[in-house]
Amino acid sequence: MTSDTVISCKNVWKIFGADPEGYLAKMPAGRSFDEIRADGYIAGVKDVSIEVSRGEMLVIMGLSGSGKSTLVRCFSRLHEITGGTIEVEGQDIMSLSEKELIDLRRNKMGMVFQSFGLLPHRTVLDNVAFPLEMRGQDKHERRARAMEVVKLVGLEGREDYFPRELSGGQQQRVGIARSLAIEPDIWFLDEPFSALDPLIRREMQDEFLRLQDLLGKTIVFITHDFDEALRLADRIAIMKDGAVEQCDTPDQIVLNPATEYVRKFTEEIDKARVVHAGVLAKSDVTASGEPVEATATVQELARLLVQDTRDSIPVTRDGNVIGGMNRAEALEILLEAG
Amino acid sequence: MADAAEVLASEAKIGGISRTLGAQILVGIAVVLTILHYVGLLPEALFRLPETMVPPFAVWLDVIFNFVKDDLGLLALTRFLTEGLQWLLDVTANLLFGKRRWPNIGPIPWTAVAAVAGVIGYHLGGWRMAFLGAGTFIWTALIGQWKIAMETMSVLVVAAPLAFFIGLGLGILAWKKPWFNRAIKPVLSVLQTLPFFTYLLPAVIFFKVGPTAGAVATTIYAIPPMILMTTLGLQKVSPEVVEAGNMSGCTKWQLLRHVYLPSARTEILVGVNQVIMLCLAMVVLTAFIGMPGLGAKLLAMMGSFKLGRSFEIGVTIVLLAVMLDRMSKAWVVKQPEHFEKGTPWWKRNQTLVLAVGAFVFFLLVSKVIPEAQTLGRKQNFSQGKELDNLIKGFLNIDIVKATTGFLRAFVNVQILIPFRNFLLSIPTPAFILLVTAFALYLGGRKQAIYALIFFCLVALSGWWDRSVITLYSVISAVAIAMLIGLPLGIWAARTEKWSKRILLVCDTAQTFPSFVYLIPAIMLFGITDIAVIFSILIFAMVPLTRYTIEGLRTVPLEMTEAADMAGATRMQKLMKVQLPLALPTMAVGFNQAIMFAFFMVIIAAFIGTQDLGQELQRTLAGTDLGKNFVLGICVSLMALTFDLTILKWSSDRKQALGLGD
Repeated sequence: MTSDTVISCKNVWKIFGADPEGYLAKMPAGRSFDEIRADGYIAGVKDVSIEVSRGEMLVIMGLSGSGKSTLVRCFSRLHEITGGTIEVEGQDIMSLSEKELIDLRRNKMGMVFQSFGLLPHRTVLDNVAFPLEMRGQDKHERRARAMEVVKLVGLEGREDYFPRELSGGQQQRVGIARSLAIEPDIWFLDEPFSALDPLIRREMQDEFLRLQDLLGKTIVFITHDFDEALRLADRIAIMKDGAVEQCDTPDQIVLNPATEYVRKFTEEIDKARVVHAGVLAKSDVTASGEPVEATATVQELARLLVQDTRDSIPVTRDGNVIGGMNRAEALEILLEAG
Repeated sequence: MADAAEVLASEAKIGGISRTLGAQILVGIAVVLTILHYVGLLPEALFRLPETMVPPFAVWLDVIFNFVKDDLGLLALTRFLTEGLQWLLDVTANLLFGKRRWPNIGPIPWTAVAAVAGVIGYHLGGWRMAFLGAGTFIWTALIGQWKIAMETMSVLVVAAPLAFFIGLGLGILAWKKPWFNRAIKPVLSVLQTLPFFTYLLPAVIFFKVGPTAGAVATTIYAIPPMILMTTLGLQKVSPEVVEAGNMSGCTKWQLLRHVYLPSARTEILVGVNQVIMLCLAMVVLTAFIGMPGLGAKLLAMMGSFKLGRSFEIGVTIVLLAVMLDRMSKAWVVKQPEHFEKGTPWWKRNQTLVLAVGAFVFFLLVSKVIPEAQTLGRKQNFSQGKELDNLIKGFLNIDIVKATTGFLRAFVNVQILIPFRNFLLSIPTPAFILLVTAFALYLGGRKQAIYALIFFCLVALSGWWDRSVITLYSVISAVAIAMLIGLPLGIWAARTEKWSKRILLVCDTAQTFPSFVYLIPAIMLFGITDIAVIFSILIFAMVPLTRYTIEGLRTVPLEMTEAADMAGATRMQKLMKVQLPLALPTMAVGFNQAIMFAFFMVIIAAFIGTQDLGQELQRTLAGTDLGKNFVLGICVSLMALTFDLTILKWSSDRKQALGLGD
């Protein structure tokens, strides 16, 4: 584990049922999800090992019931895990006392919920100030801070409204503001935009990217929408039946799906929009002529790829050539999608 | 759906015998036993349990009570509690009707009370509610019932908050601790079917006669629904809101105080509404243990057949009930509104300012004008005598007299009395078997076993005949109520407009304290058997009509549209589509009607019946605690049998029809 690892979980299990611990202890290794279910237990999280680095945005995705929400709730110990270890900033969270856990949540973690989880009897400002109130900050100070965050999410002027007086998008802005009020290091978002209309969802994603540019938090983001995952993620973890099928960058997931399930998942995706030149560049391939940027997607390079005659094209990152991209390979990706 | 069907199918067969067949066999045995009795072949011991075999439950209970009361020192404890309660009641009594106790500043002028009620009404529901609030108190004062109404209110304002806090506390406990919940559930369902007389006597014995015992009985009576609503509300709080609270770093206490309780606001306020209504219903009934107030006055007036005054008191009680109900319901739906920035303080707290202002204003006015303080004996507008004459005149009109006379004679002699005698002629074991068959057929094996045990206990109690008479009143009243209530409901459900109107009437009628239902019964039929049936009948008709309308109105629209498109006539649609689908909901109404009937039959004992109610009422005069409990539990057991069976059938049926809960 490097010093920059914020969340590290090893062989984490979360089993629901009558006696999960006892069952896990005597369960034979390599039991599948369906076999466990036949035994009368549900494997919410099944032997997951995953790390999240500082400032990284990890998107966990999967269909409903795949265990993604359960996993993220294990990270914050909203669920007690059945087996394995979870360390947050080097500390085993399962060993924390109740008070320490509350302190951790009060100072380090923020979470946004799918159906917002706002308190109906509190105004926008009071909802946002709620975590500050819980840790005992005085009224004046917490209102000032809450006001700051309310402005940040663009709800100025609505601070005295009650949640039911706001639209869904606005309510989620309140949820986001609340999760940011304590200036958390780690930010959990559980399908924050799934309950919103497509247009609003797009707008909120932009807003979210703006905030992330501004704040640079460590983020675990859950979604069932692949497009959303591709748009936001540094890395994507794809879950099925409680287990992580593959955890990698978007490029690698579409280029080299680890399992049949992931391949099926990515089948419909326009790969040219996902794959970057930097990924295709191989350092042992030398190329000459006008270089392309590593951050450009294949789609953005389409015209060049079709018209150019070179076999390989040099790729640069921050001004330095990092290798050559095989033009035929890139064209293949472009055409496959068409 | 498929699962539910399988469950039903598997439950239908018990030990190779289907439920229907089992029920038929039981009925068969019962018929044979009855016939044997008719031809005189049945041994007397099988007809009725011999006196010698009745265990002296009452004596045993008395022993237990005496042990708890004296040896365990419970009496000392309750007498100690009495002191505190007494003090509270003295304070409210002083404030509301000027009883000479500390703080010796009352009574509050009636004008001030009416004004504050008006302001609160306006805050909760606009002008209409303001008129209702102020109007109720103005009527009470003008009709000359201010003092007795305030006697009643002084107990209510102590009992209702007490019941609220105890219920809330126990509700939270039941939600937190599953074992406590499991322990308290059966106790609550018994408490809710226990006739109110059973609450009264222990209250009298453990707490002094008068307002204190009245307050205690009222409080205990109102607690169960508060517990249920609290638990329900807390369980319904969305998990995400709770998680949001946890992620905000709430401690357990903060989570309860700032997240759970406010999020369960609606259910808790519905609980408050029920607490208030039950308190009012009960506080009126505490007249039976000598609690002064509206109930006592009504009892006295009805006893001396002063119908005009009874009617006026009835109106006061009804107005109070409607006002309290409407206002607390308005509070349930009232949502906080935000104020724009810079709204001054007095505008944010408009209601408070207005209420205090009005209160002080009328306080000062009443110093100058004595009529604004209290209305004297001769200053009221009571029309008791005139109304009396009017009513008696109406009853003396030949047609009316003929109708009521006919009903009295025909229904009584031709239907009710033969039916009662028939029920009484069934041998005890046969009767128990019939009830068991009923429970088996509708509910299932578990319900049948309960029915068997419960009715055997009733037989063992030694009050079989009186229990059967109680049951007879309930059955005949509910049967007649069905004859009127069901067609009314079906007719009303045909149009949106009439559904709403009738539902409003039902809702309103349901808030009336049951005592009030005796007034029209006595007016029309005097003090007779048929008046009892009549009062139960109108009381039980309310839930029947109501649930019929609700059941029919909630039949999914696609299904009635499908029936229309299939070319069904209105009658076909009703019989083949709407009624079958509405039946589970209607069964709930039927069940409530039976529960209401059991409740009413005990109150109607006042008119002089021969059932358990009368015996219960007699026990109030003495200190027959054991007997009081045995009688109360008999009623409760019979009511519970029906309750368990019918509700099980209703939920089974709903599941089978895929209607959800």
